[in-house]
Amino acid sequence: METTAVKKYTFKDFTSDQEVRWCPGCDDYVVLRSMQKALPDMGIAKEDAVFISGIGCSSRFPYYMDTYGMHSIHGRAPGIASGVKLANPKLSVWVMTGDGDSMAIGGNHFIHVLRRNIDLNIVMFNNEIYGLTKGQFSPTSLIGQKTKSSPYGNTQPPFSPGELALGANARFFARIGGNNPKAMTQIFIDAHKFKGTSLVEVLQNCVIFNDGCYSNVTDKDVKEDKQIYLEHGKPMIFGKESDKGLVLNGLKLEVVTIGENGITQEDLLVHNAKEEDKTLHQMLVRLKYPLATGIIRSFEDVTL
Amino acid sequence: MITNTETGEVELQPEVLEAVVVRFVGDSGDGMQLTGTQFTDTSAMFGNDIATFPNYPSEIRAPQGSLYGVSGFQVHIGSIEVSTPGDNVDLLVAMNPAGLKTNLYSVKPGHTIIVDTDSFTKKNLEKAAYKTNPLEDGSLENYRVIKVAMSSLTKEALKDVEGLDNKSLARTKNMFSLGMIYWMYNRSTEHTIDFFNKKFKSKPGLIEANTKVLNAGFYYAETLELIPNSYTISPAKLPVGTYRIVMGNTATAWGLLAAAEKSGLELFLGSYPITPATDILHELVKHKHFGVKAFQAEDEIAGVTSAIGASFAGDLAVTTTSGPGLALKGEAIGLAMIIELPLVIINVQRGGPSTGLPTKTEQSDLLQAMYGRNGESPVIVIAASTPGNCFNFAYEAARLALEHMTPVILLTDGYIANGSAPWKIRNVADLPEIKNRKITESKENWHPYDRDEKTLARDWAIPGTPGLEHRVGGLEKDSVTGNVSHVPENHEKMTHIRAEKIRLVQNNIPDLETEFADSGDLLVIGWGGTYGALHSAVKQINKEGYKNIGLAHFNYINPMPKNTEEVLSRFKKIIVCELNSGQFASILKINHSKFEFFQHNKIQGLPFSNGELIEQFKKIV
Repeated sequence: METTAVKKYTFKDFTSDQEVRWCPGCDDYVVLRSMQKALPDMGIAKEDAVFISGIGCSSRFPYYMDTYGMHSIHGRAPGIASGVKLANPKLSVWVMTGDGDSMAIGGNHFIHVLRRNIDLNIVMFNNEIYGLTKGQFSPTSLIGQKTKSSPYGNTQPPFSPGELALGANARFFARIGGNNPKAMTQIFIDAHKFKGTSLVEVLQNCVIFNDGCYSNVTDKDVKEDKQIYLEHGKPMIFGKESDKGLVLNGLKLEVVTIGENGITQEDLLVHNAKEEDKTLHQMLVRLKYPLATGIIRSFEDVTL
Repeated sequence: MITNTETGEVELQPEVLEAVVVRFVGDSGDGMQLTGTQFTDTSAMFGNDIATFPNYPSEIRAPQGSLYGVSGFQVHIGSIEVSTPGDNVDLLVAMNPAGLKTNLYSVKPGHTIIVDTDSFTKKNLEKAAYKTNPLEDGSLENYRVIKVAMSSLTKEALKDVEGLDNKSLARTKNMFSLGMIYWMYNRSTEHTIDFFNKKFKSKPGLIEANTKVLNAGFYYAETLELIPNSYTISPAKLPVGTYRIVMGNTATAWGLLAAAEKSGLELFLGSYPITPATDILHELVKHKHFGVKAFQAEDEIAGVTSAIGASFAGDLAVTTTSGPGLALKGEAIGLAMIIELPLVIINVQRGGPSTGLPTKTEQSDLLQAMYGRNGESPVIVIAASTPGNCFNFAYEAARLALEHMTPVILLTDGYIANGSAPWKIRNVADLPEIKNRKITESKENWHPYDRDEKTLARDWAIPGTPGLEHRVGGLEKDSVTGNVSHVPENHEKMTHIRAEKIRLVQNNIPDLETEFADSGDLLVIGWGGTYGALHSAVKQINKEGYKNIGLAHFNYINPMPKNTEEVLSRFKKIIVCELNSGQFASILKINHSKFEFFQHNKIQGLPFSNGELIEQFKKIV
């Protein structure tokens, strides 16, 4: 809830006295600091922010925030967060979850919270592995991935969180690399402002059990060529030289190069995150090259 | 009558219905006589504890000045000797509006009416002189009306039957209603199917049609999970007051509303539909105007977790369920226990294990309520004992949860939840005070697990309160700072504190009282929904010349009243009666090992009958 008389905070106001216990080098630190930096710009009073988590590495998050928080039980944070929000709609309520917490044990709550569209925010740390239990495959692990519980390679096909979320009628979906704090901070602010359930998938590297799982798209030297950062109202353009773009060819997205075959910037698709019809959003979510990041969908709908 | 110690109110004395009056009414052509006779015969064959009155009365004529052409058949069956035909009907089956109109006067308020909605056409309503449709105008509010499109369901059931004209097919719909009643009263369809085979020997089409429709009705009632009324009220002078007929589930809902009003909190219900608890949800969703937030969740777990979230944020939070749902909620209840938030969990017990007997009564979730969580996870467990006092104990569950900052499990059961009783309307102002533990201002050096010295309850600091930001969670907490702690001694200390906190609730609940005798030869012990049956039986045996047989009925189970041991010591013998294989007896044995406890247990999905109880008591004395 926006208020004008809110005092100006800094990220320190949201930092608790607890020592952070994630592994050195973990992207979770980036998420934590981005959130602590985003909160002062959300225009809310400190006591009105509530962080609810389930179980897993990511779910330690609330302990490190000097706000109201609950570290709950595995997979159930969406239910608890829904209760908090329904009890007191003026609170800014955040669910901090992981790929296993949200899509394995908590899969049912995950789809229903998206369906209902209560004004909540969900940050999903997707590292494609179970970290806290020391390295088993998760519902987003790739086929063939060798983990402690799949020594001969994972045989279970993964979920794509974005596709699952849009299938459950998510109105707000954003995806961001775990090494991109600046954009992440802004996405958190936008997620807060969005009326309805917003889901932010963080591509989070697990330095111990799945190191480098996103390096081919998120590493500094490749990210501009391998990712497209979507912004509402702007042409779908990417690449180090900003010379690549997306067009629609039949029912498929196609990568084109500006200046080749007579293609100009005017030919590129313009991102409309606010479109109700999610066909194009789904295509963007599925796209492997370039990987779509930023706010892919942000359709304002009826909220509970 | 008993005096209720929580409210000081005199309460009515409900008793288990030991005899049931069922009346079938319809057009003369509807086959009501045949239906009634079949029900009677089947009941006669059902067992020794059913007396039947097949000849009474063969015809019920409409009262003078009313409609003609209504035919009816009434059956009065009972486990005790039935000496009157029974003017008041427990279950009316009305095949048309005229039947309803002419027989409604005889139905006990709160009891059940089954109607064939297909017959409530404009024409039939006019014939019965109804200006508005009684199924829609709210005039049947005081009854449990089960609306069944009997004619169309019958037609559908017979769509593949060949060689019969439409009229013959339509005439079988009386068997649909009979099938439904057989399901509700545990009767087998076998006898009636034998009857078809003999009667329609030369017309195999009729055998097939009647059997199909009978079975269709039987399965339809099973699918609807219909539960018969099992409570009645003994003729007693009612104390002065305004009364309403309520079912236990409705009373439970109202108790919660009253507790929210009294405590100045908003009521939040997180629930998932489950027989026989869903009516609490149905009732509470009606009361948005009282600020009730009723949230139908995606599953049992989300039901309880949303309630935990609402409690964290400062609402009076409740979740309602039945046995299988309580199992699913177990982990979350453990969370509410360790983070020490107020939470009311209502378990309307049904026959178990697993899916068990959803429409039948049992008291087999007691140990689940006591211990059904990982780790040492004590919570308050209380039980309602009559349809009416579901109000008091729902209120009490909320009071104890809020004053002691803990989950409270309230056990009711399918029979008291669906049983109805006259209930004196209360004024919220007269109800006991509820002090919630919310704190609204930050204090110097405040910690979330600071405790009240007397109760060990912690403060309730809710989000939105400046300066009290804190984290709670399922990990063990340091006893002082509330931060995560893996220190061995701290864990032991916290485990003891959580146990002691529940034990101290003894100071906030009334003493155990005995009825009929303060001391003597035999103490009959029961808990929860068996009160009506035990009360009748102990009353009767004392009348029969046995002296000094007392009844102690428990509503507070964890912790038990302080004077429990003292009450037990006043009697020579003790018998614990429960609808399970001895769960409460086992708790008594653990806590009061110097006494010998006889047991009477029944696990048939049925309430106790007077006869069996008295026989047991006599054996022991």
